[in-house]
Amino acid sequence: MPLLEARNISIRIPTEDGILHAARNVSFTVEAGSLFGIAGESGSGKSVLTQAIMGLLPGVEIEGECLFEGRDLLKMTPAELRALRGARIGMVFQDPLSSLHPYYTIGRQITEVIHAHEKVSNTEARARAAEMLEKVGIKDAAARLDDYPHQFSGGMRQRVMIAMALVLRPSLIIADEPTTALDVTVQAQIVALLDEMRRELGITVIMITHDLGLMASVADKVMIMYGGTRLEIGPAKGLFAAPAHPYTFGLLRASPAAARQGTELYSIPGRPPSLLARPKACIFAPRCAQVQPICQIEAPPNRAYACGTEALCHFEARIDRADTAPAQPARKPPTDRLLSVQDVALTYTMSSGFGAKRQLDVLKGITLEVARGETLGLVGESGCGKSTLARVIAGLVPATRGKVDFDGIDVGALTPKAWRDMRRRVQLVFQDPFGSLNPRRRVGAIIGEPFRIHGLAKGEARKNEVRRLMELVGLNPEHYNRFPSEFSGGQRQRIGIARALALNPDLVIFDEPVSALDVSIQAQILNLMQELQQKLGLTYLFISHDLSVVRHMCDRIAVMNAGRIIEMDATEQIFQHPQQDYTRTLLDASHVPPVPVQAQPRELLRLEQGAA
Amino acid sequence: MSEAQLDAPKVVQRSSANLTFRRLMRDPASLLAAVFILALVAFAIGAPWFAGWTGHDAIEQYRDTGLSPVGLPVGPNHEFLLGADQLGRDVLVRIAYGARISLAVGVAAALAASFIGVTIGMTAGYFGGWIDTVLGRLMDLVMSVPFLLCALALVSVFGPSLWLSICVIVFFSWTTIGRVIRAETASLARRDFVQASRSLGAGNLSIMLRDILPNLSVPIIIYTTMMIPNSIVFEATLSFLGLGIVPPTPSWGGMLAEAGANSIYLVAWWLVLFPGLALLGSTLAFNILGDGLRDALDPKGRRVKRRRKPAKPVTEG
Repeated sequence: MPLLEARNISIRIPTEDGILHAARNVSFTVEAGSLFGIAGESGSGKSVLTQAIMGLLPGVEIEGECLFEGRDLLKMTPAELRALRGARIGMVFQDPLSSLHPYYTIGRQITEVIHAHEKVSNTEARARAAEMLEKVGIKDAAARLDDYPHQFSGGMRQRVMIAMALVLRPSLIIADEPTTALDVTVQAQIVALLDEMRRELGITVIMITHDLGLMASVADKVMIMYGGTRLEIGPAKGLFAAPAHPYTFGLLRASPAAARQGTELYSIPGRPPSLLARPKACIFAPRCAQVQPICQIEAPPNRAYACGTEALCHFEARIDRADTAPAQPARKPPTDRLLSVQDVALTYTMSSGFGAKRQLDVLKGITLEVARGETLGLVGESGCGKSTLARVIAGLVPATRGKVDFDGIDVGALTPKAWRDMRRRVQLVFQDPFGSLNPRRRVGAIIGEPFRIHGLAKGEARKNEVRRLMELVGLNPEHYNRFPSEFSGGQRQRIGIARALALNPDLVIFDEPVSALDVSIQAQILNLMQELQQKLGLTYLFISHDLSVVRHMCDRIAVMNAGRIIEMDATEQIFQHPQQDYTRTLLDASHVPPVPVQAQPRELLRLEQGAA
Repeated sequence: MSEAQLDAPKVVQRSSANLTFRRLMRDPASLLAAVFILALVAFAIGAPWFAGWTGHDAIEQYRDTGLSPVGLPVGPNHEFLLGADQLGRDVLVRIAYGARISLAVGVAAALAASFIGVTIGMTAGYFGGWIDTVLGRLMDLVMSVPFLLCALALVSVFGPSLWLSICVIVFFSWTTIGRVIRAETASLARRDFVQASRSLGAGNLSIMLRDILPNLSVPIIIYTTMMIPNSIVFEATLSFLGLGIVPPTPSWGGMLAEAGANSIYLVAWWLVLFPGLALLGSTLAFNILGDGLRDALDPKGRRVKRRRKPAKPVTEG
């Protein structure tokens, strides 16, 4: 008997703009002891689905049935559900920094879970908490029970969260993006821990993630969601190797790992659907590469195959080798030097009232060179100083020591006027497409801002320039008068790129430009960046933590750790023959989704109409 | 599935002004407050009309009709709708003219105070460092000055006047909004879009006016609205103590003071009740409207009520 069986779950959330169809007719079964993965882009309804089942979303309308150990979760009273949560079903959330209470010791927070469900003495509860902490890999657990959350690192905190979820030995753990907020190396450890706990304690895990590589490495069975609809479900191995739905297929192909360096990435055109308006036909049809007339008219049937995979589609996904983009001509070798950074260091001095001043070395002597027309990747975990280095190179933060030389100009020793002129030559594109655009200004004004600041184009001429830039980055120039909130994440990143390109810079620094975007959108933006580089002869400094993206985009890679560049070499050299241990750890920790291949013809078991 | 359910509803993209208006309309309390304020404004503007209609001037004393033979004021009757005061003046007409003073002082003082508060708060928050320290301590200093003592001292030096009371009110009320704006600016100044503007070469003034100020519109609107009733009460307090509007110019605080001065309110309740109600009603209305605006303008606080009738199932079968 499956541990969890959801049948035809539909979730509607009433909002001011109308009713949000967060899930429609989603069914799945989770076998005891397995690791069940739910994958999908943001807004696909994957988190809402699990939270609604657990009764954590009051105010939503939910239908269907969801049997857990034979009882329907959706028919339970809030009190029954409360008794179940924590005791039988544990939950691990995305952000370990905000899901632990900063005022209480972790021991108290874990024992609170025990006391809430069982009558035990405090000593016994503490002993059990310590035992569980030891199990999740926290050394000297008994002594650390009285530590506060801020005394643990992010990865350790996620371990504490897992211990808290496991301490009552539930039969099911729901982990909602458990590794998204963590660094790559820590991600690998946490996923390994979840997998180990599942084998050791016989716990079933439902893991929600947007990271297909991670999912492919651990999951037994995977469900792919899109726009609140289950598009495909099946055993992980078969599903990733030979997807039966064009969407899954497109997602895997869109990963930078699936394309050769320098070639155009396969991308899914368009943007995720609005959950407010449910199309009558296939929800993926507007973006589907294999769309047929029938897809626009009729709701697709659920196709169940003999291999265990089920896909909601009129057809079986085909692989067209022909549509693979031809390899572009190799870039001409970089010629002259554009940027040279020599022994740059940055030290923050923190004065703490009456105490002695403390010094914090963020950058400890960085030396690097970038040639005109090349792309240099800067890789490292959070806190290694890569973003700070970008700001020093852009001249936004003065370096404490060392020299940044940009095309013969010393960036550190500029007059205010020369500094302003320098802005036209070096530009930054920020990570967060939501935070880097002023929410209260129109897109036309945002992209036209550089012209205004530097007094370059006025009135109609500026408007035309803005239109040209919008066209260049693939935005509709008619959307000139819209506010940033009316655009999706990918479109906002295009606006940010258009703004950076307005003044024809020589060097563009991308600070994690795609890490906030979904895979299908990420491919579009990466393609745009490559296209622009070729068209305009730009030099890129590309900062990222995602190794497959860096590998796809960059000519050379610099690996940073703790304020130093520990290794710098041509991309393939780094990936094939890493010299440093740290680089090797980074490479090992990154999960790359498998590249899908054409499967042998499947046997169709049955067709279920009206499943959507 | 039936046809009607399959047809996707049209998604309406609403502008933020439109959304704010819709949310405000859904809140009966703020709607009532807004209607009351509009009526109050009409009442104040129409004060001369009331004077003409009743045939009573605001400061003229009608000793024959407004006072009883023993010299006591007459209560509400067909000639004096809200009664007459101890000097035989029409309370209705005086309240109408008093509304002009109250609204003028309230709005002018609130606008001036929010202008000063926003300027100083933004400067402190944006530049930080020693500028922040100096301006922050200045705000602390102003907050620690006792309001009434200071007002008494100033009036005894300069003599009471309308301008002096506005100045005193402004001086004591800009700090609240100043602090709020300082904190907001400090957090906005660290946002990426400000960094982006800086990296494009924008100057400080341009960043403050073009990038930060528009994002402060919500707190500015809310706090300015909330400051109006405070200023009205301040003005009434000053007038009550004889430090504000000079008699015989009517003002609500002054009317209350006169009613209390010779215990006339013991026989003439209307002298306290009507000016008191006007004061209470207008401060309450502005406060409720301010609260309503805060809810309506806050994009995070989108409360959505559950629909009363259960939804139809999406699928049959």
